[in-house]
Amino acid sequence: MTKKTVMTPEDMRRTLARIAHEIIERNKVLGHLVLVGMHTRGVPLAERLAANIASYESLSIPVGALDISLYRDDLASLELKPIVQRSDIPVNIDGKSVVLVDDVLYTGRSIRAAMDALMDFGRPRDIQLAVLIDRGHRELPVRADYIGKNIPSSRDEEIQVQLEETDGVDEVTIIYAPAPKEAP
Amino acid sequence: MKPLLIKGSRIVDPAQGIDDTGSLLVSDGVISWLGKKGDTSPSADSDIIDAAGLVVCPGFIDLHCHLRQPGFEEKETIATGTRAAAKGGFTTVCCMPNTIPPLDSQATVDYVKSTAVEEGVIRVLPIGCVSKGREGEELAEMAELASAGVIGYSDDGNCVVRSRLMRRALEYSWGFGRPIIDHCEDTTLTEGGQINEGIIATRLGLQGIPNAAEESMVARDIALAELTGAWLHVAHVSTAGSVELVRRAKAKGIKVTAEVTPHHLTLTEEKVLGYDTNAKVNPPLRSQADVQALIQGLNDNTIDIIATDHAPHTEEDKLCEFGFAPFGISGLETALGSLMTLMHQGYLSLNTLVAKLTSEPARIIGDEHGQLGTLAVGAPADITIFDPEQEWVVDTRHFASKGKNTPLADSRLKGKVMATVYGGNLVYHDNALKLKTKG
Amino acid sequence: MMSTLRQKEAPALPKNPDATAKTPVWRHSHILDVDDFSPQEIELIFSTTDAMKEVLSRPIKKVPALRGKTIVTLFYEPSTRTRISFELAAKNLSADTVHLSTSASSVTKGESLIDSLSTLQALGANVVVIRHSQSGAPYLAARYLEASIVNAGDGWHAHPTQALLDLYTIREHKGKIKGLKVVIIGDILHSRVAHSNIWSLTTMGAAVTLCAPPTLLPAGLGHEQKHFPKVSLEPDIERAVESADAVMTLRLQRERQQSGLLPSLREYVQLYQLNESRLARAKPDALVLHPGPVNEGIEISPGVAHGPQSVIDQQVANGVAVRMALLYLLVGGKSI
Repeated sequence: MTKKTVMTPEDMRRTLARIAHEIIERNKVLGHLVLVGMHTRGVPLAERLAANIASYESLSIPVGALDISLYRDDLASLELKPIVQRSDIPVNIDGKSVVLVDDVLYTGRSIRAAMDALMDFGRPRDIQLAVLIDRGHRELPVRADYIGKNIPSSRDEEIQVQLEETDGVDEVTIIYAPAPKEAP
Repeated sequence: MKPLLIKGSRIVDPAQGIDDTGSLLVSDGVISWLGKKGDTSPSADSDIIDAAGLVVCPGFIDLHCHLRQPGFEEKETIATGTRAAAKGGFTTVCCMPNTIPPLDSQATVDYVKSTAVEEGVIRVLPIGCVSKGREGEELAEMAELASAGVIGYSDDGNCVVRSRLMRRALEYSWGFGRPIIDHCEDTTLTEGGQINEGIIATRLGLQGIPNAAEESMVARDIALAELTGAWLHVAHVSTAGSVELVRRAKAKGIKVTAEVTPHHLTLTEEKVLGYDTNAKVNPPLRSQADVQALIQGLNDNTIDIIATDHAPHTEEDKLCEFGFAPFGISGLETALGSLMTLMHQGYLSLNTLVAKLTSEPARIIGDEHGQLGTLAVGAPADITIFDPEQEWVVDTRHFASKGKNTPLADSRLKGKVMATVYGGNLVYHDNALKLKTKG
Repeated sequence: MMSTLRQKEAPALPKNPDATAKTPVWRHSHILDVDDFSPQEIELIFSTTDAMKEVLSRPIKKVPALRGKTIVTLFYEPSTRTRISFELAAKNLSADTVHLSTSASSVTKGESLIDSLSTLQALGANVVVIRHSQSGAPYLAARYLEASIVNAGDGWHAHPTQALLDLYTIREHKGKIKGLKVVIIGDILHSRVAHSNIWSLTTMGAAVTLCAPPTLLPAGLGHEQKHFPKVSLEPDIERAVESADAVMTLRLQRERQQSGLLPSLREYVQLYQLNESRLARAKPDALVLHPGPVNEGIEISPGVAHGPQSVIDQQVANGVAVRMALLYLLVGGKSI
């Protein structure tokens, strides 16, 4: 197993600053903006982006949390059932611009589930997507509007995002672990 | 028929006080010679069973089983039941009269006896009803039943509920020298009951059957036996309190005998956890304290004999909600194996175990049906040969009995019947038996 | 101390960042009783129920989690409330539901249950919710069906989903279960709800006191033992409710008097009815629970049943969320 750091705490701080600026630039009417983080690590990322936007524009953007477990298309085949967490969308999203925030964009299936889930809360004007890492290998026609870093990866690799809030450290590493074998 | 020599075994015959290495010879259906180690068989031309390492004892006698015929042939027949008995080492079984029609007349008793001769493989001695039609109202014709050869009277399956009828039955039976065998159960205390009353019943949400339901009837029956001077035999004692009642009655000189089943001696109510209907039996499996008291009672001769209460049912009968399942355990084929666990654990000596299955029940049956329960020279050659050390797994698919209903299914027992000889004929033998036939 | 312990127990990081958190805790393929649930499993049920309650607060109260799954409610005893609660739970998760009821009178022997079960097997039901008058019937079903079995009440034995919703309701108000004193009053002997509550409450660390006429108490309680949780017995209702955090009363069936377990309803009311003055002996914020349907004026006074401490209506509302959580945890993914 090899492990390589691809994003340091400083890199992450800069990246989230840039994405916040891009969101501001893209959305002329910030008053219609809602950030929705996807459980688990999308939630602190969304909160950091909202804090950045607030510091640049002195405007408080509502932040929600979304759990997509109940919308997954692979529930029946999973070895382990995901723990369902409480979703919390603090405002009515009808007519709003919702920015979904997640740590890694991979197959696109989670984003599909998240869009379905959002629709059950209301009818947003549009949905945008912000991710810290895009590692490719899409299985659905999904693309991100805001990307922290593109990391072309192989399926044998694991992209591990760690955040201060959930893991005690801000770091993204790439772990190469070919077919898992039991240690002797 | 060629003589049969059983050689080199541990011969255990409590009736003669024998526990020694030796050999025995069977000819013309009787035991013709009993030799010590080193003695030479008087017959040079015989079939030989090499029984080295095995125990040879009188054929087991079961004073309490249900052969179900007539009336419930889907559960068991005399043909299958006696084969199951032979497989379990039994050469004599006494069948309970709760058939349809019940054994309350000479005709039905004769039917069972003749069917047993024609279709059975061992000796079947019927038990007659106490009351006409087993209805618990009027006495059955007990004298007629006695002349038909019943070894006792019982309405088993039911208790003789009416105290007055029980009194009359005891009084009337006095002249025949046969016991009244009562299934002691105060049904007003057990109605709706499923398993032993206690924490397991509470946990499973099943209505309990209290020890007192049995004990109050045992106490009543003992009082009536004392009153009448007649012979009471208490069927399937299951509680510590009943053991104590019988013990005190015996000390007082009241004519009472008692039996206990292998399952009550070896299993507790915990077997029912998980709602195993095959562990549903009446009286129910009780607590560990009761089991200890039963073993104690057996060892101090408060309890005279071990009887199986073999109660076969079909798989469909038992494949249902616990509350709807009938009571009963198919016990003939696991009796020795489960009793031997008590021996291996040091609770019971081999001699006591054999006595409680041979000489003691023979004493209750009497000598009217021949010299049973002994290997004495001249006695019918009813012989059981078993391996006390062999371990085996209970596989109900291989039961000779139609009743596969046992909570011991798939469990490992230590002690296995290797051969059963009835009247000189080898009616059952294990494939591993070392048998040499000549000619 | 507690916080350091918690950190140690924090789950390891997921291996694949695209997979959501995992649940090594859950290991049930059936819900037959609560006697084999660990505190961790019950906590997982609680947190999943929290999420389901949030779903129920949305404009569209339906999620696709169990799309394509068939959930059968097989009821051998009439119970509209429980059945509807399960059906709603199933429908909110987008499962298809089928209801099969068999009148008690036609059930004379087990054949009918076995017959129904083989039909359901052939039809490919994913979950079978069973209500039956015979204790242990769901165990029989679990042995013969590939579907997951949910016990919706069997005889006197268990009613696990009711107990879990009672627990959830208590936790919702008290924030915890551990250390609470919960009193259960009434016909404990015949109450599957009481049995399951005793198990789940003690599993979560509550102290349970039972208060009932001795004829309505099951055998063997009141001391430490292997096969049942430890409970206290207090036949005197006033002493029983003393400083309780929650008081649960049970429905008294009128047959109990007819079968000779009670001399009269009047005497039962005098001795065991939960009324205002008796409730006043409990803690001021003590909750009043009842599994329903309520016999007002018998086991509970109307004032208490509808009073400010009563959470009887919330129990019903929480029932749907708890059942959604259980169905989600049972279906749609294997368990380890």
